[in-house]
Order: sequence, then structure tokens, then C-alpha cells
Amino acid sequence: MTGRIDRVRSRAGDNPNVWLVPAVIVLGLLYPFLEDPLSTLPLIGDFVPTTATVVVMIAFTMMAVGLNIVVGYCGLLDLGYVAFYAVGAYTAGWFASQQFEQVTFHFGSSVDNDKVGIHVSMWLVLIIAGLLTMLSGIVIGLPTLRLRGDYLAIVTLGFGEIVPVVVRNGDSFGGFNLTNGTFGISPIDAVGFPLLSAIGLPENFQASDNRARWYYLVAFLLLLFTIFCSVRLRDSRLGRAWIAIREDETAAAAMGVPLMKTKTWAYALGAFFGGVAGAYYASFKSGAFPADFYFNISVFLLCMVILGGMGSIWGVTVGGMILAYLNFSGLSTIGSKIQDAGLDFDPTKYQFGIYGIIIVLMMLFRPAGLIPERRHKVEFEEGVHDTPFYDVQTEGALTDRDQSDD
Amino acid sequence: MSDALNRVLRVFRNPRVVNGIGLALVGVVGVWLLVNFVKGPQEFVNVAIDGLTRGSIYGVVALGYTLVYGILQLINFAHGDVFSLSGLVASTMLFSVLELTGDSSNLVVIGGIIVTLAVTIPLFAVVNATIERVAYRPLRHAPRLTPLITAVGMSFIVSNISLALYGVDYESGSDLIPQGAAFTIGEIIVTWKLVFALAIIVPALIALSWFVGYTRQGKAMRAVAQDTEASAMMGINVNRTISVTFLIAGALAAVAGLVFLLEYNIRYDTGFELGLIAFTAAVLGGIGNLAGAVLGALVIGFVQSFNEGLTWFAPGGDWTRSIVFGILIAVLVFRPQGLLGEQTPEGA
Repeated sequence: MTGRIDRVRSRAGDNPNVWLVPAVIVLGLLYPFLEDPLSTLPLIGDFVPTTATVVVMIAFTMMAVGLNIVVGYCGLLDLGYVAFYAVGAYTAGWFASQQFEQVTFHFGSSVDNDKVGIHVSMWLVLIIAGLLTMLSGIVIGLPTLRLRGDYLAIVTLGFGEIVPVVVRNGDSFGGFNLTNGTFGISPIDAVGFPLLSAIGLPENFQASDNRARWYYLVAFLLLLFTIFCSVRLRDSRLGRAWIAIREDETAAAAMGVPLMKTKTWAYALGAFFGGVAGAYYASFKSGAFPADFYFNISVFLLCMVILGGMGSIWGVTVGGMILAYLNFSGLSTIGSKIQDAGLDFDPTKYQFGIYGIIIVLMMLFRPAGLIPERRHKVEFEEGVHDTPFYDVQTEGALTDRDQSDD
Repeated sequence: MSDALNRVLRVFRNPRVVNGIGLALVGVVGVWLLVNFVKGPQEFVNVAIDGLTRGSIYGVVALGYTLVYGILQLINFAHGDVFSLSGLVASTMLFSVLELTGDSSNLVVIGGIIVTLAVTIPLFAVVNATIERVAYRPLRHAPRLTPLITAVGMSFIVSNISLALYGVDYESGSDLIPQGAAFTIGEIIVTWKLVFALAIIVPALIALSWFVGYTRQGKAMRAVAQDTEASAMMGINVNRTISVTFLIAGALAAVAGLVFLLEYNIRYDTGFELGLIAFTAAVLGGIGNLAGAVLGALVIGFVQSFNEGLTWFAPGGDWTRSIVFGILIAVLVFRPQGLLGEQTPEGA
């Protein structure tokens, strides 16, 4: 027992961050109760996001952590991650709403038993959404993962564009209404504890007095779970294979890493979290609408990963929270402050220009991100492969090819 | 799970299976076109002429992508947005500076178009080269994802500049050119739209192929595209050659922007979608291959017009995007080197 404590202590001595994580978790759990006192503070009070906003921020951060598996670990640029978000949200729509009014099926759901449509417990739906999204990740991955780098980026972008179109026009596949077209699926059932309502837990979060707080709590736990899985995956055999592929695909293949299988797993597992987050967010806002799934969301998520640091879980979490905060509350607050000051400038209109500037500046000056992952930083500083004989940038200087890890 | 996955993978790795599926797809499209042609030959040809107009514009944009890709192996996402910004600036030139209206005589309009091109071509050549200088050149040695991500960022920056300058309204110059038929061949109607588009685009293409094929700088471009290191050792100034490539791509974007403005309508985000279509065209033709880009663009233009204009089992305009991207994915899966391209390591 003492030995264990000593070990923790010595690790804490090496790395002060050991105490940071529990502190952040406790603070995070207490946030709904801190919101009110914080928002009354002078000066910064207006900038404090409401608990409901934080739920949205967490949902998008979860997607960013999922995207990080694909982009950060495995080095596959995915510009169509929004497709997974869409699949997750629509899975929630299919399994927990009145969309399929031909049938009536209830399983542990929080809604009344006489409602038509499929109503499966949202807890199960989250898992189903994750699995279905994983499957769609595999389907997208199979034909495209043979391609390298930028071709893959453009194909994922293509898929990201196709999915919203299919969703928007999917109200009559041979007469069958799959997605309800432009109107989207709404309402989607709430998360809740129908079996545990006897001990005071809310049967239905949407109907509960503390809707935002309950959704927040579950979202926070989901985010912790995502981060936990992400850390464990990174350190697993699979995770090390991903990093090997990122650093040098040819070398990894030569060392016996099965490229297609490993990449497909990266795609599938990255997609999983996007699906869960998408389903949860759909339940929170009680709907899935085709207008939510446009390309900009993919770039927004990518920007979170880049800002935080590709491959760095804590970086991506922080980057995700910062950008999601700016997107869903910060920019409009800043905008109203600017307008109060008498200037006619609305930053929310230029949000994607702002993200573009963030992306370019980060890539030029701090490509490893705010909280860089050690390994990735080295890759950026020293380069991995493709070191040319002749350095075009510093004209005339011949680079020493032998010294690089080519 | 893993076993089943492997079995599926093995089937997809078999070239005979892959080629068979690809040929079957082409066959289905061929039959569909044939039935449509038999059902309404005249309608078919008129739709095809619309496709030619579209395709020629896509071709000019696609050339911008393929030039840059050929030399830097970079998908310059910002190219589409430079294109739409150039179209918007051209609308300012035509309507605010030169004060053309729908009532202006044809000769005045043609003069106005020439003056506008004389302004926008150099302007956007410089804009495009500046983007390269500021955003891409410092990253020449970063991992390959880095410049690609930067290009996505630049794309958003440029489109937001358009948004800031021109707002969300569409600009169109389509009343400047005469409507309806320029002349008819039998029952086939050749529209003024097509005549204007070709009158601007064909000289631009001739100038481009002369430049790339017959000048010293064009030769340098081809050399750098083939092998950067070797050409640097032969004394070619690589950085200058890359800058020249971006200048030319920007000039082409300006030409395409003006033509698109005259034919259709344009706003700050037009370039994003059109850029993707044009990139698809470049990939379809074989990226890095100039003739391939134009061929691919014509195919895509025809596909889009056939899809929106034909009546027998055509999915319709709602699905155009999906079809274009479906083609992109199909090309990359079945023939990664494109129609005219060489086998590249990318597709391996």
C-alpha cells in the first residue's frame, strides 16, 4: 500500500500534471453549481457559458477527440468527419423517435408506451449509434484507405458532402421515408432513468427541472470515458501501430503492420466516438436536421485538433473546448461587446474566416499545437521522410540526408 | 470480425474484381445515355451543349488545380475561393467601374470584358502567388499533411474576404450577353452563352499550352513537376518556377471567374463547391496532366448537364453533388491514375 502511494508520489514529483487531472475532473463535475456565482463576477461574468452551452461544447469536443484518433494518431486527414456525426444523430432519430410510425416498439424508453415509432432506451441508442457509425466508418474506409494522404482527404471530403445530400433527399427511397427530408427528425427522445425514477432520478431529462444539469453530467462522464478510451488506445498495440503508420507507412508495412486493417480500425474507432457524440447531441437538442451537417463542421473539428495539437489528447480536449466555446457562445458575446462599443462588426459572421486564420497561423508557427504531443513535435521539427537532397527553401544548401531518419 | 474483414479486403484487392465492377459501372452509364439519346435526340444534343459550356469553365478552374498539384503535390483548396473572389471583383469592374448595363451594345460589352480581364488577370495572378509565398512556401519541408491543412485554412480566409467585401448576395453578369440562340444547325441550338464562353476560354487555353510547351519558363515548370531535386541541380530556380505556376493558376482563375459571372451567378461560397467539382475533374483526367484536366472537366460538365437536363431516369439536380463525388470516389478506387494520367505512387 505504502509502495503504491510512493509510486504515485514519485510520479507526481516528476510530473506535476498528475494532480491536475483529478482537479479538473472535480471542477468539471461542480461546474453547473459554479455557473451562477461565476456569471455574476464583474468583467468576465458575461463570458461565462451556460451549462446548456457547455453540453454542446462537450459534444463537439468528444467528436474532436474521436477525430484525433484518425488524424492525430494515424495521420489520415479526414475532411468528412461530419458524416459520422450525421450517422450518429440519425441513428438516434431512427431508434428513438416517431420517425417509423408504421411500427410501435418500446424498450426501456423514457416516453409513454402509447407513442408510435421505435423507442429504444437512449442509453442503448448511444451504443447502437456508436456501432452503426463504426460500420459506416468501415464502409467508407474500405474503398478509400488504399489511397494515401491528400487523395484520402479529398475522398473523405466527398463522403462528407454526400451524406448530407442523401439525408436531405432521403424522404422517399422508393417511397420509403428514411430521413424525413429537409424537415429532419424531431422530436428525438430524451435520455433518462425510467427504471430508477423510484429513487428520485429523473425519468426524462428533457422534462426534468434540471434538464441542462443532467445532460451536462452525463455528457461530462461520456467525455471522460472517451478520453480514457483514447489514452488506452494510444498505448495499446493498435495505437502504436497507428503511430508507426503515421511516421512512415512503408517502414511500418515492412515491419509487419497490416496497413489496411490498422487504418480501417483507426477509421472505425474514430467514427465510433463521433457517432456516440452525435446521438447524444441529437437527444439533447431533440432533433436531427440535415442543415447541421455541412462541410464547415468537419473543418471546425479539424481546427480543434490542430489548435490543441494533433495526437495530444489533452491538447485536443482543451483546443476543442476553446473553439466550441468561441463558436457557441464566446464570439457572439464578444460581438455584442464590440457593438456596445459602437463598432459595426459581427465576428460570428466571420467565424470560419477566424478558424481559417487559426489553422494557418498554427501550421506556420506552432504546427504541433498548443499542448504538443512529444513525439509529434519531434516529427514536425526534424521531419520524418521525404527529406530532399537539395533544400529548396534555403536555396543552395544541400541537406545532409544521412543525418535525418530517412 | 477480423477474419471476415480480411476476406472482404482480399476480394477488393483482386484487380479483376475491381476492374469488372468499374467496367460494369461505365456500361450502365453508357446504356442510360444511349436510351436517353434514342428517346429524344434533339433534347439530348441541346443538353450536351449546356454541358459543353459548363465543362469548359470547369476545365479552366481544373487546370489551376492540376498545375499546382503537378508541381507541388498540393491540393490548393484556396484556388476555388480565389476563383469566386475574382468573379466578384470582375462584377465590380463591369458594373461599378465601367458601368455596363443590360442595354449596352455588344461591342461595348466586349470591350468591357477585355478591360476587366486586363485588370483581374494580373491582380489575381499576384494574389495567388502571394498566397503561395505567405502560406505554402514556409512549409515546403513540413510533413505533407501540414501544407494541405494550411490550404484548407487559406480557403476559408479567402472566402471570408469575399464575404466581407461582397456580403451574401449573388452577383450575375448574365444580362450582359445576349440570350437565346447565336445560330442553329438543323434543330440544334447553339447559344450565345456557349459562344461567349468558348471565345474567352479557347484563347486562354491556347496561350497556356503555348506557354507551357514553348517557353523557357514553361520548360522549367515541366522539369520541376517531373523532378524537383534534379531540376534544382540543373540550375533551375525552383522557387521562382513555383511562383510562376501560381501566377498562371491565378490568371486562369480570373478568366474562369469572369466567364462564370457572365454565364451564371456567383457569390462568396460559389468557389468552394465549384472548386471541388473542378478538382474532381482534374483527378478524373489524371492529376498533373493538363489535357486530362480539360477532358475530365468536359466529362463532369456533361454528367452534370445530363443529370439535370435529361428526363429518362435522371436523378435530377438534387443529386448532382452526390454524383460528382461518387465519380471522384469511383475514379480513385477503380482508376487512381485518371483517364490520361500515369500510374502514380499515390494510387498504389
